[in-house]
Amino acid sequence: MKAAVVLLPGLNRDRDMIAALTKISGQAPQTVWQTESAIDDDVDLIVIPGGFSYGDYLRCGAIAARMPVMQAVREKAERGTRVIGVCNGFQILLEAGLLPGALMRNASLKFVCREVRLEVANADTAFTRGYSQGQIIRCPVAHHDGNYFAEADTLKRIEDGGQVAFRYTAETNPNGSVNNIAGIVNEAGNVLGMMPHPENLIESAHGGADGRALFEAALGLVDA
Amino acid sequence: MIKARVTVTLKNGVLDPQGKAIEHALGGLGFSGVGQVRQGKVFDVVLETSDRAKAEAELKDMAAKLLANTVIEDFSVEVL
Repeated sequence: MKAAVVLLPGLNRDRDMIAALTKISGQAPQTVWQTESAIDDDVDLIVIPGGFSYGDYLRCGAIAARMPVMQAVREKAERGTRVIGVCNGFQILLEAGLLPGALMRNASLKFVCREVRLEVANADTAFTRGYSQGQIIRCPVAHHDGNYFAEADTLKRIEDGGQVAFRYTAETNPNGSVNNIAGIVNEAGNVLGMMPHPENLIESAHGGADGRALFEAALGLVDA
Repeated sequence: MIKARVTVTLKNGVLDPQGKAIEHALGGLGFSGVGQVRQGKVFDVVLETSDRAKAEAELKDMAAKLLANTVIEDFSVEVL
């Protein structure tokens, strides 16, 4: 499977993401600049990395979500291509309306950069099938605006529909997210957004490889 | 030319940790009796038209599409 990575001014986790995808898939991903709208036909996985696109002006991800490349991502997502947004990428997917809800300023008002524990809340998605249901994994976080919020009816819909992919364990919730939500998928199950950075925990040099199975599943390297 | 102001505020029920921090800071400065503070944004926009109705409609469209995130925010438009 071939991957593509979206590049926007102000992102700073793009190289980490490209390195992770290259190591796990065995080939370098296509890179797509913000003003481009041509994503290769043979791309099966599009990743929007983390950072501070457009300096977080207006709202995190708000400007990026309205750039031409995101129209291309939207069209691909509607046709079933897998999409992952990590950190700022998650914020961008929410601002683009590809995922429900919003991310607000951390409840502590502080930037958090630390390791958290994630519970695999639904191991039956295209992104989490390399884990077991309820498995606790390690994952780093680094963000200022990761406090997930959705209105009560939206929250009920995503909870009932099994759209919560990852939750922070209650004692490591770093940002005040409702229901400890760390990552969600869309209704169709082909778009994942998450605040933690699985690309920074994929090999022993990182001190662990808990994030690797996520990319292996997304890249079709885990049996369905 | 028309000058207008778009005000974006958090919806009722959406927690506002920044407003809360400001509220506490005001208390610390000795302003007693501050019941609540909610933080929002103001956009002053100049439009190159003299058609007020058209300007208002366009500003509402701008607010819904970019200036506000209607998942968590409300907006109001005021043509000055």
